[in-house]
Amino acid sequence: MEQISILEGRHKQVFEKKTGGEQVEISCDTSSLSGSVSQRACVFCGSRVVLYPVADALHLVHGPIGCAAYTWDIRGAVSSGPELHRLSFSTDLQEMDVIYGGEKKLYHSLIELIEQYKPKAAFIYSTCIVGLIGDDIEAVCRKVAKETGIPVLPVHSEGFKGTKKDGYKAACHALMQLIGTGSTEDISKYSINILGEFNLAGEAWIIRKYYEKMGIEVVSTLTGDGRIDAVRRAHGASLNVVQCSGSMTWLAKEMEQKYGIPYIRVSYFGIEDMSKSLYDVAKHFPERPDIMEAAKQVVSEEVKELYPSLQKFKKALTGKKAAIYVGGAFKTFSLIKALRSIGMSVVLAGSQTGNKDDYARLKEMCDEGTVIVDDSNPVELSKFILEKEADLLIGGVKERPIAFKLGIGFCDHNHERKIPLAGFVGMYNFALEVYQSVMSPVWQFAPRKGVKI
Amino acid sequence: MLLRHTSKEVKEREGLTINPAKTCQPIGAMYAALGIHGCLPHSHGSQGCCSYHRSTLTRHYKEPVMAATSSFTEGASVFGGQANLLAAIDTIFSVYEPDIIAVHSTCLSETIGDDLQQITRKANDDGKIPEGKRVIFASTPSFIGSHVTGYANMVTGIAQQFAVSTGVKKNQINIIAGWMEPSDMREIKRLAKELGVNIVLFPDTSDVLDAPQTGKHEFYPKGGTTIPELESIGDSLHTLALGSISAEPAAIALEKKCKVPFETLEVPIGLTATDRFIMSLSEIGGVTVPDEITADRGRLVDVIADMEQYLYGKRVALFGDPDQLVPLTEFLLDLNMKPVQIVSGTPGQRFEKTMREILDARSPETKFKNGIGADMFLLHQWMKNEPVDLLIGNTYGKYMARDEDVPFIRFGFPILDRIGHSYFPNVGYSGGLRLVEKILTALLDRQDRDALEEKFELVM
Repeated sequence: MEQISILEGRHKQVFEKKTGGEQVEISCDTSSLSGSVSQRACVFCGSRVVLYPVADALHLVHGPIGCAAYTWDIRGAVSSGPELHRLSFSTDLQEMDVIYGGEKKLYHSLIELIEQYKPKAAFIYSTCIVGLIGDDIEAVCRKVAKETGIPVLPVHSEGFKGTKKDGYKAACHALMQLIGTGSTEDISKYSINILGEFNLAGEAWIIRKYYEKMGIEVVSTLTGDGRIDAVRRAHGASLNVVQCSGSMTWLAKEMEQKYGIPYIRVSYFGIEDMSKSLYDVAKHFPERPDIMEAAKQVVSEEVKELYPSLQKFKKALTGKKAAIYVGGAFKTFSLIKALRSIGMSVVLAGSQTGNKDDYARLKEMCDEGTVIVDDSNPVELSKFILEKEADLLIGGVKERPIAFKLGIGFCDHNHERKIPLAGFVGMYNFALEVYQSVMSPVWQFAPRKGVKI
Repeated sequence: MLLRHTSKEVKEREGLTINPAKTCQPIGAMYAALGIHGCLPHSHGSQGCCSYHRSTLTRHYKEPVMAATSSFTEGASVFGGQANLLAAIDTIFSVYEPDIIAVHSTCLSETIGDDLQQITRKANDDGKIPEGKRVIFASTPSFIGSHVTGYANMVTGIAQQFAVSTGVKKNQINIIAGWMEPSDMREIKRLAKELGVNIVLFPDTSDVLDAPQTGKHEFYPKGGTTIPELESIGDSLHTLALGSISAEPAAIALEKKCKVPFETLEVPIGLTATDRFIMSLSEIGGVTVPDEITADRGRLVDVIADMEQYLYGKRVALFGDPDQLVPLTEFLLDLNMKPVQIVSGTPGQRFEKTMREILDARSPETKFKNGIGADMFLLHQWMKNEPVDLLIGNTYGKYMARDEDVPFIRFGFPILDRIGHSYFPNVGYSGGLRLVEKILTALLDRQDRDALEEKFELVM
């Protein structure tokens, strides 16, 4: 096979687990190298994906048209009620606005929109250009909030001011402005907030149901199927349960500091992690052993049904190899375990936004010979998929066609999942999707992994 | 709920855009650059821009889309992006090994004042561009124009920066592709071949964004106009620019630089536009139109005549890009249909004038708006006030189609929820036939769905 080289300057972001091998610490939290074909996005993207599912808020993108156009209803974050979040609102800044400033346009747009749609709150995203021309969006937001009586929150998401993770933080900062402004009356002592669950394909509903079966009150989901009023009273919950650690840990820490709400990190992917996320919540309320009992009941019922149905997939998939390249590292941990439970091993594990601790844990978890990458690119991914002879790639929109060109299966574990992959039922769906793709008859007709048929 | 957000009453809006019928310039530049063989598009801006464009193109084509980014940081935005771009050029040539890097700017790099010409010249002076390799550029700030003008700017950059005149004319015709699909470009090449005219088509995304499954991920797929071809365009006898907005600027640049005379035509969508294309190309090429093409035309005319009763008077709302809307509007009128509401987010008086001329002559009651304020929200409001029989536009039209319960044909960019556009052309007589088939299927399926049992017809 032809050797494909790794980008110079990227050696610290790629690691192969070998005994006796050089133990470099993986470097992460850096912006991508200039000139790389990075799979990463920007600060704005981070903010937009976190806040997007808040369905009864107005989301106005202050900038040229592109930023609004590319984020128009691209995430299947479903709402059980209002769907204002699925429209695209932009100030569509023009050359003259860049020269003279866009504040007036922003003000008028906000007034028009709030009058027309009567949203519960408004999020104003600033884009690269707004950061440069120096629009005082804080002032405009204050003014509009005063005139309309709803919270109007600036989100400082200028694309160049860091990585996607900084965008998560900017979004969380906006959420923090809302939390604590609602009444906490009637909230049970046995209550939680679900953080970092965005209700893609209705996943938050599944998770919520499990907790409710345990007798736990879910005060708010941040931000899946989100509502402003629920966000406002989130400080009344007893515990924050954080998934998608990259996006929401900051918020959990802030809430801990300000409101004394402790948090735990969980994952809803795979039987093991899903069960643990129920048990860990139950453990938080030791004075109520019935909650733990209920959790065990939920798990046992679900697993009893799920386990036999997975065997068919396991039989077919045993010995197959997977490559994982997803956004957050925490998801990678779950995926490794979930894949193992259907007989598959992981030969490549990577993330766009993992931190030092994440990568340390990843190294511990992975098998010998597994390649670990931070902020990878298509050349690297193709190289390792071919070298390690993976049968499956788990990734997002930009990775999908690469997998298919290489002749291996694919599973979207990102924004474009169409069926819920979280929860026990999600594990079944995941196994089915992997099975469908890896075992597809199409591969009989296709050259695979660089080799002709 | 999603579908109930559009109010019927049309109000003047102060600058606000709702549900845009356009996107920004850089993605057009990226698409155009993918039509050069061995070229890596490069986005000089924040990481997000590049990522969004690649994702959108990937969703539209279901193909890998490669492009690099300068990955602007806060520092770059204060001190200028020259260092980032120079570093990027270095990295790209040493790792990704393209023949060409096509750099386009973004709102960010334009506003801080980066001069791409100066930076690429410096890269050359500093010896960062290996022998035989090229770096070209186009200015595409997102706060001007739309994805269509971004495409035009990059195509102009290609023409300007590659063309050389050696003084010796070559027996070939340039065809500058306005924004069209790889399938359309393939069809243009097929038609030229059938006519027996030697052409250079650029850009050409066929065999790039419709590549076969091979078991390999080709970073630079087989298609795309090559460097020798692009260098030779300065010696061509003539240029045909297909599209007055997306292709003509490049033809003008080429005429200025290398004195290659040009003619501008519409993208050959539908009968009239294809007639003009075939006539012009055969005249310029000095060939007679072969019987096969005449027969193709005859088949299209035959189908239109066969099905005329189902097309007559049908009211159509459409949105999209200038160089598609002009010939499509003409085609709908040729089909005896009524294009009654048309919007395009792409600004420009030339486009407005061309549309008005066509409409004033053949459908003066049609509502048409382009540029600022011409978004899908407005079109939806128009549709609510004066219902239509058919909607034609990109995937985002599906919301309106569902809300108004109107048959919908996907046409334009982007199409995120169906396949076909990369493989079956809209241009030429066969493209016309495909469009008629789509229109009839949409209308007749609806007629069948809604027909009373006694009026439910077997033979239509």
